Amino acid sequence: MEAIHVFMVRVVCGAAALTVALTAPVAAAELGWPEKEELTFGFIKLTDMAPIAIAYEKGYFEDEGLYVTIEAQANWKVLLDGVIDGRLDGAHMLAGQPLAATIGFGTQAHIITPFSMDLNGNGITVSNAVWDAMKPHVPKQADGRPAHPISASALKPVIDQYRAEGKPFNMGMVFPVSTHNYELRYWLAAGGVHPGFYAPHKGDISGQLEAEALLSVTPPPQMPATLEAGTIYGYCVGEPWNQQAVFKGIGVPVITDYEIWKNNPEKVFGITAEFAEKYPNTTIRLTRALIRAAMWLDANANANRPEAVQILSQSQYVGADAEVIANSMTGTFEYEKGDRREVPDFNVFFRYFATYPYYSDAVWYLTQMRRWGQIDADQPDSWYREVAEKVYRPDLYAVAAKSLVAEGLADAADFPDFSTEDGYRAPQSEFIDGIEYDGTRPNAYIDSFPIGLKTGDRL
Amino acid sequence: MNKTVTLHQSTGLAALPAPVRRLLGIGVKNVVVPLLGIVLFLGAWSMAARNIDTSLGQFPGPATVAQQFGSLVSEHRAEREKAEAFYQRQEERNAERLALDPTYEAKIRPYTGKETFFDQIRTSLVTVMCGFALAAVIAIPFGIAIGLSETLYTAVNPVIQVLKPISPLAWLPMVTMVVSALYVSADPVVPKSFLNSMITVTLCCLWPMLINTAVGVASISQDLVNVSRVLSLPPLTHVRRIVLPAAVPAIFTGMRLSIGIAWMVLIAAEMLAQNPGLGKFVWDEFQNGSSDSLGRILTAAIVIGFIGFLLDRGMLTIQRFVSWDRNSAAR
Repeated sequence: MEAIHVFMVRVVCGAAALTVALTAPVAAAELGWPEKEELTFGFIKLTDMAPIAIAYEKGYFEDEGLYVTIEAQANWKVLLDGVIDGRLDGAHMLAGQPLAATIGFGTQAHIITPFSMDLNGNGITVSNAVWDAMKPHVPKQADGRPAHPISASALKPVIDQYRAEGKPFNMGMVFPVSTHNYELRYWLAAGGVHPGFYAPHKGDISGQLEAEALLSVTPPPQMPATLEAGTIYGYCVGEPWNQQAVFKGIGVPVITDYEIWKNNPEKVFGITAEFAEKYPNTTIRLTRALIRAAMWLDANANANRPEAVQILSQSQYVGADAEVIANSMTGTFEYEKGDRREVPDFNVFFRYFATYPYYSDAVWYLTQMRRWGQIDADQPDSWYREVAEKVYRPDLYAVAAKSLVAEGLADAADFPDFSTEDGYRAPQSEFIDGIEYDGTRPNAYIDSFPIGLKTGDRL
Repeated sequence: MNKTVTLHQSTGLAALPAPVRRLLGIGVKNVVVPLLGIVLFLGAWSMAARNIDTSLGQFPGPATVAQQFGSLVSEHRAEREKAEAFYQRQEERNAERLALDPTYEAKIRPYTGKETFFDQIRTSLVTVMCGFALAAVIAIPFGIAIGLSETLYTAVNPVIQVLKPISPLAWLPMVTMVVSALYVSADPVVPKSFLNSMITVTLCCLWPMLINTAVGVASISQDLVNVSRVLSLPPLTHVRRIVLPAAVPAIFTGMRLSIGIAWMVLIAAEMLAQNPGLGKFVWDEFQNGSSDSLGRILTAAIVIGFIGFLLDRGMLTIQRFVSWDRNSAAR
């Protein structure tokens, strides 16, 4: 808390600027010059790294006096280690990564996030053979196409058959604390398939205890190749790797995460707490650049998306073919080959307050970590709140957003009302299984799942 | 030879004077035959390519590779233009900032955009040269020392024999960890990734040079050693006048082996560690998985092969130049 204090005094040239920010124009200089101008940011080749690429290409970083080098990383582990050891100043991260690192699951390091990068954007794909076996169990809609959303209960008989034949049913996800892991688990469990528990206190971090479907880590760009090789039968990953499977004709996306949890929070921008403390102005300035990039991505009902697709298809960013990236970035999603449906909110970068780091989003990830045993013991509701407040930093976001509004670069209506916002979204119930989530009552939420650890359970 | 002779006779070339005929024969042998080989190879390649369908589209043939090379060149040009614009913007921004904040120490930062294919080639070449030079600086003096002393040779030989076959993939993690631990600096002169690649290259190409130098030195003709004894040359002069000239062919054979290994190791290390260079280019393209990727990877592979070939030829030329016995340079 002291850090924020010091920081506010230094950054905003007196508390006055904060309070009157909405009325008085604040010149850039009043924010304070960036302490560190040359930065290196890491990312994984996924379309939701777009805010970073756009902030670079559109000169938003340079407008803040930041000279940023953007480097693709081999996998999430390398990326996280890069941020921790300082090789990277910041990175496109899985929402679970700063949380897990801060509570010490996997790696111990205090990572914070001042900026949420997007909503939705993932899908679950199964191989053609599994889809053929699943299809008879999927209800049809009037025009004969499969009715969406497809429940994992259609997959259950297929898994049972594989298990009966003695074949383990392997599926891929990108990282133990990835959104994809939790989404795949959520979908499987909602359809009655047990995805397995973690037991870190016993040294078991494979996440396959009692599992019917065995989940393991595969880096996103290698998902289609691993599926094609038959090592896994399905996977949950971000774009463009689901659409890639459709293009290559090796698999069929069965559900998007939008249908598992409408407008679920996805990636975040992670930096170390030390970085934010040491370079407060730089932190605010990079947040400003990212907010502007996110605004650009969603401006005029996605009017800039085709240009964004062209930028992302360059080899130093995502590098996949523009038509593959465009498939999901421009509001449609192709399931079975030819079954293209409208999913206008498949990638949300700014609207619905997508970039505001809500505490309740952090708490949801923590509840899933507890549900699957990554957090091995019960914690009081207050603990969930404290961890969320330690990692998610809407205070930094608010400073950046208010300064943009003051300069006329953004509209105050595009942001939550900072004077009343407590960081907890109203209870949400648009999940595939309809279970209501209230971020202020994590333990009650954990107890409401039929499959998963509950209060008092310890493996 | 018989074949060419019959060819000449059948086409009426027999009428030409003998020296012209011989020149023609050499021309056929040195130009036409290799060209024929290349044409046959290209033909076989494009035939095969047409029959391989991958999930990224058809396997690239020679035409695709040529086209991808062209697009890599134009990408390089476009990136250079972006870099110029970047420097210009930077100067403007620096000026703006200086106007507001006179204490600011303006500086021009290097371009932050992507490294093009040709930048990667340069990075790889610099890395391989540095790694190789470091290995040579260590291996040659040490090789001479163990070549001169049989006791020393017997002592270190087992260790060398065990270290020699270690793959770069095993060295790399150790090098990475050690470099991270020892090379701590707020403002590093060279990036860690460069050191990692370079040291891995050094560790892998040290051994052939070491062994060849030692063997070359140890197998100097006894007559030469005797001459040195008769003249009672001091040790350093003995090395300079007798040992080095006699061992140069063997040393260079080791160096040629090493540079080949160095180049292969470097590409593998760059791929594995994502260190800048051609290896990273290949890996990035593999990860991109676009319809151009295979063509670009193949282009890179051919460039890698071509550079390897040039390195080898370069070493051979130097060897021929410094060797007193022109015929000893193997082909």
